[in-house]
Amino acid sequence: MADTLASSPVSDALAPGKPIVEFQDVSIGFDGNQVLDRVSFTVLHGETRILLGPAGGGKSVLMKLANGLLEPDSGVIRIFGRDLKDMSKREIFEMRAHIGMVFQESALFDSLNVENNVAYRLEEEHVDPVQIHNRVVEALQFVELEKAIDKFPSELSGGMRRRVSIARAIISRPDLILYDSPTGGLDPITSNTIIELVVKQRDVYHTTCLLITHRLQDAFTLATHRYNLDHHRMEPIPNNGIAAETMFLILNEGKVVFDGTTLQLTHTQDPWLRRYIE
Amino acid sequence: MRFISPEAYAKSVVASVQEYSLLCGRAIANIFSKPRYIADTFTQMDSIGVGSLPIVVLTGFFTGCVLALQAATTLQQFGAVNMTGRLVALSMVKELGPVLTGLMVSGRNASGMASELGSMKVSEQIDAMRALGTDPIRKLVTPRLVATVFMLFFLTIISDACGTLGGGLVSVFLLRLNGGTYFHTAYMTLIAGDVIGGLVKPIFSGFIIATIGCYYGLKTTGGTRGVGQSTTQAVVASSVLIILVDFLVTQLMIGIFGR
Ligand SMILES: Nc1ncnc2c1ncn2[C@@H]1O[C@H](COP(=O)(O)OP(=O)(O)OP(=O)(O)O)[C@@H](O)[C@H]1O
Ligand SMILES: [Mg+2]
Repeated sequence: MADTLASSPVSDALAPGKPIVEFQDVSIGFDGNQVLDRVSFTVLHGETRILLGPAGGGKSVLMKLANGLLEPDSGVIRIFGRDLKDMSKREIFEMRAHIGMVFQESALFDSLNVENNVAYRLEEEHVDPVQIHNRVVEALQFVELEKAIDKFPSELSGGMRRRVSIARAIISRPDLILYDSPTGGLDPITSNTIIELVVKQRDVYHTTCLLITHRLQDAFTLATHRYNLDHHRMEPIPNNGIAAETMFLILNEGKVVFDGTTLQLTHTQDPWLRRYIE
Repeated sequence: MRFISPEAYAKSVVASVQEYSLLCGRAIANIFSKPRYIADTFTQMDSIGVGSLPIVVLTGFFTGCVLALQAATTLQQFGAVNMTGRLVALSMVKELGPVLTGLMVSGRNASGMASELGSMKVSEQIDAMRALGTDPIRKLVTPRLVATVFMLFFLTIISDACGTLGGGLVSVFLLRLNGGTYFHTAYMTLIAGDVIGGLVKPIFSGFIIATIGCYYGLKTTGGTRGVGQSTTQAVVASSVLIILVDFLVTQLMIGIFGR
């Protein structure tokens, strides 16, 4: 990974303070129904951006746009500093190798077992099989699922599938991770395990990430906790501290209604936002 | 049921044809550039070729049997029963072998491809594949295309052989004809043009089966119900196209070889 990174234009864009994801006046609609209306925001390197908003507000669509899976009707999307419109099909596929994505419904390949699902990208890159196996085990240990390595997706619970999906997204150590509702529809304990994984990824690898969630509680856990490497668990940041790299973006009816830090969000005067966060 | 204007309908048809042509173009172009998914191609060859063998052998064999029975009763009236072998061989090699094999494999595999790719599409596995940096056309469509064209060619040969053999068995055991004469006339009657014509057809049919199956699979929307619809449409479209192209190729062959 390191050598492919060094030789690619992506590495130039990876420096503190540089924008990783940039949306400028992006609009998209389906069959005359406007889903995103002139959305603009920037995610800087190392930032964890939490995307909130009511169901059907266009969050998943926004995430697919960021990965080039959908094309906007208008506006500019820059990923790692490059406009997606200027990139050839092949360049987009190469760019995606630097992005890990966790789908809302996991989207595991149901014809492959957990090991091959997680190994998928490494196999595409023709990594040595022994190394692939070791890295799969390592990634599955990260999500605490090493026992399920031989199972098929149909034999897993929803929470396990979500975690396999996370393992598949992080195995190639991507420079940007897109989590689409990783805790959706899960019980509080499993949700917490998953949020802990996200915090671990943030504090151990400092990966830029974009995370959709419906649970405000998860969002605030992310903002107020850190990963303790010595005890291998998440702990609250002392003195009511807040993780500075965690930022919020709130969408409602296709428009950005909030873009700022945790403190700005908790001190907002906007009546709709107040109602939403309470 | 929503009615749409003829103009919108025409536009949607043109758009589909364009999309289909693009898919075919890309699937073919991918053969000539890396990365190639050789292992996937072999898996598909196994499932399409080996998997279709029983159905192709059986349909070919019994078609030959029926042809022999039918031909013999008619030929008897003209005192030309000895021509049975000739008739069976010509019909099998030129027409029935290629078309029936194409239709059988289309029913089995165009539907299989449409439903497999369709389920992957509606469960976002196709998007996941793209998100993991793989071009689904390269990984899913091209191997199926190569495998179907390659295997259908050989399945057609097998079907032709089984048909001729079936006709022979019926002639010998039911019609009490001379086996030697049957196979001799069957063999002597075929000229290069017949064989070439009969073997060009499966190349087209294979192409149609794979591309139509994948096209309908990849454009599936609307959940499980959508998968069912795509599957049906894929079989209908590929069967009709196979027969249509059969007609065109036959015309062309008559133009070239004179029969
Ligand atoms: N492929 C598509 N075709 C047509 N409409 C779509 C498509 N994808 C999304 N939409 C529409 O876009 C809107 C936003 O969908 P999206 O999935 O982004 O919502 P969301 O914010 O992720 O919701 P949730 O929180 O429930 O996941 C919805 O009204 C949906 O109907
Ligand atoms: Mg969503």
